[in-house]
Amino acid sequence: MPSVCFYFQVHQPLRLRHYTVFDSNHQYFDDFKNGSVCRKVANKCYLPANRLILDLIRKFDGQFKVAYSVTGVLLEQLQRYSPEVLSTFDALAETGCVEFLGETYYHSLSFLYSRNEFVAQISKHSEIINHLFGHTPKVFRNTELIYNNELAALIEAMGQFDAIITEGADHILGDRSPNFVYQPRNCNHLKLLLKNYSLSDDIAFRFSNRDWPEWPLTAEKFARWISNVNGNGNVVNLFMDYETFGEHQWEDTGIFNFVRHLPDKILEHPDNDFKTPSEVIESYNPVDAVDVPHIISWADTERDLSAWLGNAMQSSAIHELYRLERQIKNTDDPKIISDWRRLQASDHFYYMCTKYFADGDVHKYFNPYDSPYDSYINFMNVLDNLQSRCSGALNAGESGNPPQSIEPISLQAIV
Amino acid sequence: MLGWEFPPFISGGLGTACYGLTKAMDEMGVHVTFVLPKMVDGQYATHVNLLDTTCTRRSVAPSFKVGELKNVEFRTIESPLEPYGTPEAYQQRIEETIRQKKLAHGTASESLPVTGSDYGSDMHNEVHRYAALCVELAKNEQFDIVHAHDWMTYPAGIAVATITGRPLVIHVHSTEFDRSGEHVNQMIYDIERQGMQRADKIIAVSHFTRSIIISRYGICGDKVEVVHNGVEQNGAAELTLADTGIRSDEKIVLFLGRITMQKGPEYFLYAAKKVLEVMSNVKFVMAGSGDMMHRAIELAAELGIGNKVLFTGFLRGQDVQKIYKMADLYVMPSVSEPFGIAPLEALGNDVPVIISKQSGVSEVLIHALKVDFWDVDEIANKIVAVLKYPPLQMTLKHHGNFEVRRLRWKDSAEKCARIYEETLVAV
Repeated sequence: MPSVCFYFQVHQPLRLRHYTVFDSNHQYFDDFKNGSVCRKVANKCYLPANRLILDLIRKFDGQFKVAYSVTGVLLEQLQRYSPEVLSTFDALAETGCVEFLGETYYHSLSFLYSRNEFVAQISKHSEIINHLFGHTPKVFRNTELIYNNELAALIEAMGQFDAIITEGADHILGDRSPNFVYQPRNCNHLKLLLKNYSLSDDIAFRFSNRDWPEWPLTAEKFARWISNVNGNGNVVNLFMDYETFGEHQWEDTGIFNFVRHLPDKILEHPDNDFKTPSEVIESYNPVDAVDVPHIISWADTERDLSAWLGNAMQSSAIHELYRLERQIKNTDDPKIISDWRRLQASDHFYYMCTKYFADGDVHKYFNPYDSPYDSYINFMNVLDNLQSRCSGALNAGESGNPPQSIEPISLQAIV
Repeated sequence: MLGWEFPPFISGGLGTACYGLTKAMDEMGVHVTFVLPKMVDGQYATHVNLLDTTCTRRSVAPSFKVGELKNVEFRTIESPLEPYGTPEAYQQRIEETIRQKKLAHGTASESLPVTGSDYGSDMHNEVHRYAALCVELAKNEQFDIVHAHDWMTYPAGIAVATITGRPLVIHVHSTEFDRSGEHVNQMIYDIERQGMQRADKIIAVSHFTRSIIISRYGICGDKVEVVHNGVEQNGAAELTLADTGIRSDEKIVLFLGRITMQKGPEYFLYAAKKVLEVMSNVKFVMAGSGDMMHRAIELAAELGIGNKVLFTGFLRGQDVQKIYKMADLYVMPSVSEPFGIAPLEALGNDVPVIISKQSGVSEVLIHALKVDFWDVDEIANKIVAVLKYPPLQMTLKHHGNFEVRRLRWKDSAEKCARIYEETLVAV
């Protein structure tokens, strides 16, 4: 009896404005572009998709359920540019059929570079979700589904979460199926939910591809594939970007009609149902432990970090950024700290990716820059300015009132 | 193949391109008779070794072979050196020259030595005389197709194709709009357009050039194909910084090319001025000569950066390698560049490049920084970034070098061969 578990990633980066070495003001982000993209995506995707999901939840009287992970940077943008989307999310939250997941507020790669910062961003994110939707996240997903044993141990130690979500990569599963609940190796309490990338990508990437032998994908066909899991799995985890609906797959591909008919077709089979991630881990026991000593992610064919840290520019940019952590925090200047945190979004590093070959098309689609080199130059110019602001603030602090150094949230305290 | 220059006779990219293409065709086993309008002598010999230039046949043009090219035969046509008269008189003179040559071949020393530059004032006549001689030559040659490179050879191509009934392919390496902006020479424009109209197929070196051919010359896009240039792969020479007067802690930004309106030298200098506002340990080297050189020197002085800009004059061979070895960055701010082989050479020598978007080469390079030639702030921004952030320079260098290795003349030659086949079938 497979349960279908939908989780949608909802995120838009804060894009930088064109910032040259000759610029010196502190306005790093392109408000105009971010506003127009946010409004565009809201109209093409977030609003119609939220309304559709809300209709389906009402129509099936609580039998249709989904989960969202909405980043803090997007929530800020929605508040500013498209508050009506927030009210539809609020309406979804009130149905009780929607779960909100926890992640880093800034969609950052901080897990890899600063555990203090990582934990601080998760807490900040949980706060805003609680504030907006009255719901404390119990299931964690890391940026880009980046995961390893260490992450699981850290999340378990935080005590807030019951489960963690990551990619059902072939090389960690071997001959095991992603359609079961697992447990991270060396964890006692935490469960692991793995993305069924094949069925997820059928919707997210292949839905409108006319060269795909299964095109056109209908709700009947997809429900049949789900039912086929019967007897060989408990749960099908369909994890994807929310922008799949209306933005990556445009409305005229029939994606909304597909979703509209899907619950009906899936529920036709009496053994099938929909569950949120928290319900999944309550319903099913873990069947095995999964050992992930090396980092995985959901990106590209390699399922590794190379999309963000694959070349010298990417690693230098991110190292320089995190190298500033102490200095930045010592300024105690909320504007400086917030700018620094906004620069941590994984998107900035993704734009610098030079792997054009296998995944070039996907990379280009999401890239506001003409080339990875342009994005690196822009990022470094901004970082340079931030650094000089930071030194300026610290020097001013030394000569005047000493700034109150903020105590970084101690990992030891949590553990 | 009808050309105008060929190594060792080069004044720019045309000779380099003809050499690369011909060499690759030779390797494919395509038989090429390359007709040059100049008497070739070996004083500039670089990488091409000329074999004995004694005539193999009594004809209008001496024939010779170049050592490494097995399937290529070169034919040269001497330039005549009379001041030009009326077209009728000129025609008579040509005929007379031919007659004299036929009578007394080998006594070429009787004719006057070549004067003036390659692009001399009586070029119009030369072009037409070349056409007449090519027709003469063609009568004794076997060939399937006529391939003419750039406007100087179009009249010859048309004449040969018309007389022999062979199809004509013209290869556009540049147009009058690239060379002269909006101040076109009407005579040259007319020759170009005539060649394009008459040609069975047109090969453009870039989409950039193809669109000029379509929009400025009114040619139907169906017969215009794009064949990008390749780059010669040669190992970088082992040279060191010596006697250059540049300290090793100084960064070097290089401009290499003819200093003419087309190449945008003033944008390079304006950008240099901006860079020097935020960085001081940088020298800007302008390698090349051209009609804007004096203006460029004056401009550098006017901008107050005279001590930071070095002019080297025209460089060849080893000196080019040497300057690439020294450079940290190559900038090509061309206003209108049909292709632009030099950036590929720079990348081949491990020098990252900034190229103008108004160039054909920007169509084939991913791992280059691209700018609008007029956007001086952005050029300066990118120059500073390359000099300031070593990972950027490194990534551009590594990826760019790798990318350049994939741009081979072999592929260009294969595309040309395919176009020949299509043309022959169509005719």
